Amino acid sequence: MGKAKPGATRRAVMLGGLAGGLAATIRLEPAHATPERMRAAIRTVVGEASIRKGRVDLEVPPLVENGNTVSLAVSVDSPMTATDYVKAIHVFNEKNPQPNVISVHLGPRAGRAKFSTRFRLADSQIVTAIAEMSDGTFWSASADVIVTLAACVEGI
Amino acid sequence: MAPIIGRVTIVAFVLVAIASAANGGDIPLDQRRSGYLDLGRDSKAMQDDDTINPATLWVQDGEALWNQKAGAANRACADCHQDATVSMKGVASRYPAFSVARNGPVNLEQRINLCRSEHQQAQPFAYESRELLALTAYVGRQSRGMAIAPPDDDRLAPFIEAGRKLFIRRIGQIDMSCAQCHDDNWGKKLAGSLIPQAQPTGYPIYRLEWQSLGSLQRRLRNCMSGLRAEAYEYGAPENVNLELFLMWRARGLQLETPAVRP
Amino acid sequence: MARPLINVPAKVKRGQVFEIKTLISHIMETGFRFTTTGDKIPRDIVTTFSCSYNGEEIFRADLYPAVSANPFFDFFTVATESGTLDFKWTGDNGFAETATAKIVVE
Repeated sequence: MGKAKPGATRRAVMLGGLAGGLAATIRLEPAHATPERMRAAIRTVVGEASIRKGRVDLEVPPLVENGNTVSLAVSVDSPMTATDYVKAIHVFNEKNPQPNVISVHLGPRAGRAKFSTRFRLADSQIVTAIAEMSDGTFWSASADVIVTLAACVEGI
Repeated sequence: MAPIIGRVTIVAFVLVAIASAANGGDIPLDQRRSGYLDLGRDSKAMQDDDTINPATLWVQDGEALWNQKAGAANRACADCHQDATVSMKGVASRYPAFSVARNGPVNLEQRINLCRSEHQQAQPFAYESRELLALTAYVGRQSRGMAIAPPDDDRLAPFIEAGRKLFIRRIGQIDMSCAQCHDDNWGKKLAGSLIPQAQPTGYPIYRLEWQSLGSLQRRLRNCMSGLRAEAYEYGAPENVNLELFLMWRARGLQLETPAVRP
Repeated sequence: MARPLINVPAKVKRGQVFEIKTLISHIMETGFRFTTTGDKIPRDIVTTFSCSYNGEEIFRADLYPAVSANPFFDFFTVATESGTLDFKWTGDNGFAETATAKIVVE
């Protein structure tokens, strides 16, 4: 599992200090998104359909200087005709406080199934893009991003 | 994200290791480089393209303010200075400059506020206010591409020297000087981030950490907080002297205002 | 202050796919930050961005707090006829911003 937050560690130590038997039954609920929550968020969008790998190109820098502003470009291989087009592109993450990043709705008038934006990453993690096609199929791509933190920050 | 206290602790351990290195001295003139060169591909693209640089939002505002009548004198900057693309060309690249009114150097923000109070009879803008950042960005933008050219003014000499003394002085609980990182250890890593030479080639900058435009003084105050020192107030003579010294240290490098930095 | 920054080509050929870039000023406060005294800073984000071409929606985005401050979008559409592109941003606390751009199709 990722690094524990200092708060969680202190909590674990405190609880461990209580009657040993009790500590074993207390489950520490993570406050942030996790790979499970990302999968659940994806299921909310995709339902029971299977998700195939491919056709989606997810462009994120592999190493990011600051997690506040990460460039993102998603493009999907599709003719974008009236009968064969990308309906939507959904982007998810696994370690931010929330698993959703953005959902973009397109149609044949887009001409090209591609968009760019900038988003936030709280930590090094995997980012996933899912394309929803007009024929009801879902396609995905993922990228692993390393996030470095700024040195010398101001106190909030 | 790691809490600030945790991050500073990591920084403290690493800085103690660097502090034991000898104080080497100035960077040779031909080895000086802008922080732009250390940016990732996407950040460079953000800076290079005005249509996607968030700083353009402030530059646009600055242009509107330039043309807006203000104060009891009901005068706009444009009324005296006409077209900024002509009259402001080369101005930011030679600031801070000596002000007779202040009997010392003033930076661009202070110069703008002096104009506001003296010539527009208007209230000066607060430091880091949207208006002041917008005007500084707009004026600074007119010098983009020009070499930083501190004025050849003997009156500034004692203030440049005062700035240099601040640059090499150890401060804060971490007890280190600007020079120890930015003269002696630039190019190395500090807790995963590259240490730049700290050449102020693009201020005011859109700093990704701030998610906003900000001035050089804001950045200097961040650095001082990072060393667990009490930062000088905005507009304090120490900050202005440091700015003056830093621009003198960066003389000849190209101005990139408004730049993007992490 | 700070009107949206819109970038579209001046002229396009009919049937050509062209690029639209938009950038607005907005803090996109996530709702996950705290003050030094431990109070939560309330969420304040843009939640929806849409673009219509002569009245028909051609692009729509649902934004979450993970979208960076000063939201930027770069997207595409097919040139059909000359007219107007309408941009709309809505968000928390009644935030609403609009912009327009003319497009000339030959």
